[in-house]
Amino acid sequence: MRLLTHPSQLADWKARLLEKRPVHEKTIVVSNGTCGRASGSLGIIEALGRELDRRGLGDTVGMEVTGCHGFCELEPNVVIFPEGIYYARLKPEDIPSIIDMTILKNKVVEPLAYADPKTGRRYVLQKDIPFYRKQMRLLTEDNLRINPDRIEDYILADGYQALAKVLFDMTAEEVIREVDLAGLRGRGGAGFPTGKKWQFCRNESADRRYIICNADEGNPGTYMDRSILGANPHSVIEGMIIGAYAMGAAEGYIYVRMEAPQAVRQVTLARDQARHHGLLGKSILGSEFHFDIHIVEGAGAFVCGEETSLMSSIEGRRAVSRQRPPFPAQSGLWGKPTNINNVETWANVPLIIKRGAEWYSNIGTPKSKGTKIFSLVGKIRHGGQVEVPMGIKLREVIYDIGGGIKDGKKFKAVQTGGPAGGFLPAEFLDLAIDYDNLVQAGSTMGSGGMIVIDETTCMVDLARHYMHFTQEESCGKCVPCRVGTRQMHDILVRITRGEGEEEDLTRLKELGDSITVASLCGLGQTAPNPVLSTLRHFRGEYIDHIKHRKCGAGVCRELISPPAKEPGLVGRRAKKHHHD
Amino acid sequence: MTTPEIDLLLRGFGHEQKDLTRILHKVQSTYGYIPAEAIRRVAEHLNTTENEVYGVLTFYKAFRLEPRGRHMVTVCQGTSCHVRGGAEVFDEMKKELGIEPGETTPDRRFSLDTVNCFGCCAIGPTVVVDSTYYSRVSVADVHPIIAPYRRRK
Repeated sequence: MRLLTHPSQLADWKARLLEKRPVHEKTIVVSNGTCGRASGSLGIIEALGRELDRRGLGDTVGMEVTGCHGFCELEPNVVIFPEGIYYARLKPEDIPSIIDMTILKNKVVEPLAYADPKTGRRYVLQKDIPFYRKQMRLLTEDNLRINPDRIEDYILADGYQALAKVLFDMTAEEVIREVDLAGLRGRGGAGFPTGKKWQFCRNESADRRYIICNADEGNPGTYMDRSILGANPHSVIEGMIIGAYAMGAAEGYIYVRMEAPQAVRQVTLARDQARHHGLLGKSILGSEFHFDIHIVEGAGAFVCGEETSLMSSIEGRRAVSRQRPPFPAQSGLWGKPTNINNVETWANVPLIIKRGAEWYSNIGTPKSKGTKIFSLVGKIRHGGQVEVPMGIKLREVIYDIGGGIKDGKKFKAVQTGGPAGGFLPAEFLDLAIDYDNLVQAGSTMGSGGMIVIDETTCMVDLARHYMHFTQEESCGKCVPCRVGTRQMHDILVRITRGEGEEEDLTRLKELGDSITVASLCGLGQTAPNPVLSTLRHFRGEYIDHIKHRKCGAGVCRELISPPAKEPGLVGRRAKKHHHD
Repeated sequence: MTTPEIDLLLRGFGHEQKDLTRILHKVQSTYGYIPAEAIRRVAEHLNTTENEVYGVLTFYKAFRLEPRGRHMVTVCQGTSCHVRGGAEVFDEMKKELGIEPGETTPDRRFSLDTVNCFGCCAIGPTVVVDSTYYSRVSVADVHPIIAPYRRRK
């Protein structure tokens, strides 16, 4: 199917694809996202291809290469359908036995099945594994079925049908109302109601409007946006076309972080495929609506995640932020009304249109709807990308899904919201996760980073780590952020060296408060949060460093001798894998 | 590189400010850095000043004014890697190579850099040499990781 000029052709295309699809007795799906590749998935793919060829199984056994399946800790892994058998941490030499046993004899290779480290129990099917059982994978479920190189796989997963519905059965106002009623809030961190934002942009009179997908995911420890773009790029593109129709925009931009090469490659390929099939460009699906997408690769500046900086960067200038108002909806890219949403926000849009606002708004809490994808990382037993309904408790995510703390250590805190967020100690474990609860608890949802910290992490050092990051990434335009973050950083360095004094705690608090109120943009306004949050919850550790010259976690080198080493880590070889 | 070579490379690019970053990416992927001659020609191409081009390229971490070594060593400094021992790995790497981030060894064999997150946080600490990923790296792994690259012709 080349150019689609009528909405009915989508269904025809899908029907034809279904008809032509080879019927395989078994299909082996290999997870090949960034973690997968970094853990050796390319070697698994090669070994599978070789073994299937050698045994002449090419016609009866299918192999599909997809994006991330979420369970990054256990990469490389495969899922074998129709059963859904899950094998993890594979090596190329495991492949012959998988083919001999599971493919040819329908038997499970026990040692390769996932074993719960807590109970030792083995789980054969992916869906039974505790990591997956409590998740609600609405946005990420299709990752198992979609080879991101093939638009056909997205079409088979009912892709672009929400777009057809919007273009031919709904007015722009109806689309905005649907998104508003669904209760979707911005997944980039601020949590602003998406429908309202779209309405603001639409209300501005202008000869030209722009929409932007913010894919400059820069929070360290956060990688769900690039996984979405790498695994299911068309879902984001479809969401953007629907948004463009609702707001009356003819051009859109995807600003994507260059440190995510796989995301750049997949979204560019997907955009070109969409153009090729008439899903982007003039008269989309034969309608009177025209819209196209440009892809802009970032150049390694964290501040570009802030919307006014991002727009400066697209314009080809130094990415410095500017005062708001005027908001982008009034005066954005090249002075025109502009709407910016995050990757995950756009990916939610087709889902809302397809299944309806009423269905969507039944998921979550009264004020936070739908699911949220978190990067559950740090000292967690089962790190990965987890998609959970809003309102789930922190404890459920960390202990039931994540399997608790690594290496038998004790939970100390969980950090949410990246450098703009805060730390939540154990007393918050029963907090229901939603935008408002997290802010009330002194942190923020952010874009979905969730870094679990155990007793071996020094909170003063970690606060220093965050301030080091923000003072380096400050764009330098306003003094509170440029100079203030540097001052806070230097004080923290002194404290971690045992050269702190008690007045430093007052200085940090005062500096933090003034940087928060006086900075120009979100980067500066939230930069002191990790420090203020650790001062609130872990003041004792600061006092230990200052008064007793002691680092309880054994991290700050100047305060310990000889340096503490974890015996288990020494001598164990790192894993090496080619990426491309 | 020569001026005609750079001019050839600039063909196909627009002449507006918004084309600048794309051009700089292209120059860097071709030469491995942004040569002074390219700054002059890019400024002429966009009808702007060298100062403007220089200002933009030095704002972004991706662009370099010096050629880099044969092997690029990048150590992740993300928070997940940090709490898993990434800071010690980074210190050890500086010692192993004898250079600071942003620098190149005198024999031009290695350049060292940091990144704020590679996006494979669940398998950190992560080190990337050229396009080879090393996951779950400990201090003891640093020397064995680098050694083969020292021997390479």
